[in-house]
Amino acid sequence: MLEQQVNQLVDHLFRHEAGKMAAVLTRLLGFQSLEIAEDIVQDTLLKAMTTWKYKGIPDNPSAWLHTVAKRKAIDAIRKHRLHEQHHAEIGYALKSEWTLSPTVSSFFRENEIEDSQLRMIFACCHPSIPYESQIALTLKTLCGLSVLEIANSFLTNEDTIVKRLYRAREKIREQKISLEAPVPTAMPGRMDAVLDTLYLLFNEGYNSSHPDVLIRHELCVEAMRLCHLLVQNSITSVPKARALLALMCFQASREDARLAEDGSIILLQDQDRTKWNTALIEKGKLYLEQSAEEDVFTEYHIEAAIAGCHAAANTFEDTSWSSIVELYTMLLDMKPGPIVEMNRAIALGRHDTAAAGLDALERINGLEKNHLYHAAKGDFYLSLNEKQNAHQCYQLATEFTTSKTERELLNQKMKRCKN
Amino acid sequence: MEKYMFIFLGGDPSHLSPEAQQAHMGKWFAWVEKLRNEKRYVAGEALMPGGKTVKGTKKTVTDGPFAESKEVVGGFFVIEAKGIDEAVQMAKECPDYELGGVVEVREVMKFDNM
Repeated sequence: MLEQQVNQLVDHLFRHEAGKMAAVLTRLLGFQSLEIAEDIVQDTLLKAMTTWKYKGIPDNPSAWLHTVAKRKAIDAIRKHRLHEQHHAEIGYALKSEWTLSPTVSSFFRENEIEDSQLRMIFACCHPSIPYESQIALTLKTLCGLSVLEIANSFLTNEDTIVKRLYRAREKIREQKISLEAPVPTAMPGRMDAVLDTLYLLFNEGYNSSHPDVLIRHELCVEAMRLCHLLVQNSITSVPKARALLALMCFQASREDARLAEDGSIILLQDQDRTKWNTALIEKGKLYLEQSAEEDVFTEYHIEAAIAGCHAAANTFEDTSWSSIVELYTMLLDMKPGPIVEMNRAIALGRHDTAAAGLDALERINGLEKNHLYHAAKGDFYLSLNEKQNAHQCYQLATEFTTSKTERELLNQKMKRCKN
Repeated sequence: MEKYMFIFLGGDPSHLSPEAQQAHMGKWFAWVEKLRNEKRYVAGEALMPGGKTVKGTKKTVTDGPFAESKEVVGGFFVIEAKGIDEAVQMAKECPDYELGGVVEVREVMKFDNM
């Protein structure tokens, strides 16, 4: 009972509300006034904190926050005369005292909040903003993470993140980026930029070797949440977005199985597949089906299909390696590069023979400093029982990995080469 | 049981991230809940910052008090305890110390004994 009362607030309510309010306020005040919007969000949360501490949580915490933010927004519009710099759509409505308050209120309706968040995603992922800055800005404004939290999740310091955010703000000013509604005609190019950023964000969470598992988990969850927002909206729910969400669902379904209690990585072949999240796998399947409804085929479709093949296999041996080889061949056509070549070679080695896989790996150029490449070669050598060669490859791999857990994994493998 | 007032000073959470703010508030709720369950909590109010000050025989009105943030009174509780020692023990469980907060523990004067 006590615990229930203590945890009255929904998890991450503050963080998510911070993101929502920042999007709404920025749309109201203009992207150029992003900092004013962020200050209002900060003040609103502080007011909630100081009040709720003494008075308890209100019946509808979100509505409470929105009411405070609305009042502060109206004050800011009056004080800074922000309507003057605003586009014609709402500038006049913000100028008149008659329409100011109802206009501000209308922006806090549920569907308008979602709309503002979508506009914000597109603005943060504007192609003229450098990638790293896009991600930092997205995490800061849409996900409500602090500079320190972003710095921690990217294994860097606060200064670096502050610089990235500064660069983003500079671009916003220079390019006069505004929070436009995503329009279908301008969609393809802009949509690609948005999806690429969400893909990077997810991968950062999924693949980075950060010791703090929780922070990495949050990055994946946020990337999925934003992708889900895109898929829910009729204009932005393009096949490519659904395919990306499918891919994220399949990858995320393995999260509990891929890390051991000590934080070390468990390889796909050694994972306890009963720990896979079947609900997420089902969601992945559904989005993948829905992604095929139009005649569009993208790299995310293929990557999702590959992840889906793994998810569908009850054991590692049951994996449909022939399908995976085929899919990687298609992906290679679309997105040539040594990493895709490497993944295809690994699948080929499983499907055909270890010698064939090794042969394919040997022919790849450009991965001489990639630890995964050397580790894969080592694996094939080991299954061919060429222990000395395997050991050498693992040794090389340890030199190129920056991750402690991966190094431990490689050390274990090297021990196996000695027996 | 005697009545005591906890006066909360400072404890500035403005540097915390939204996630950390929520976590801090969770600790505060847990503490208040405990006081309520033990039937010790009587009342509490939060105070708005700023306000007005009236001073002197001329009743001069000024804005403020604008004290340093660590001295600002953020609010108060009235609680019941068996004595000052127990009240102090209860005050030690306030989660604001990690934010530089200060709690003044004052006994509420009883007039019927005088």
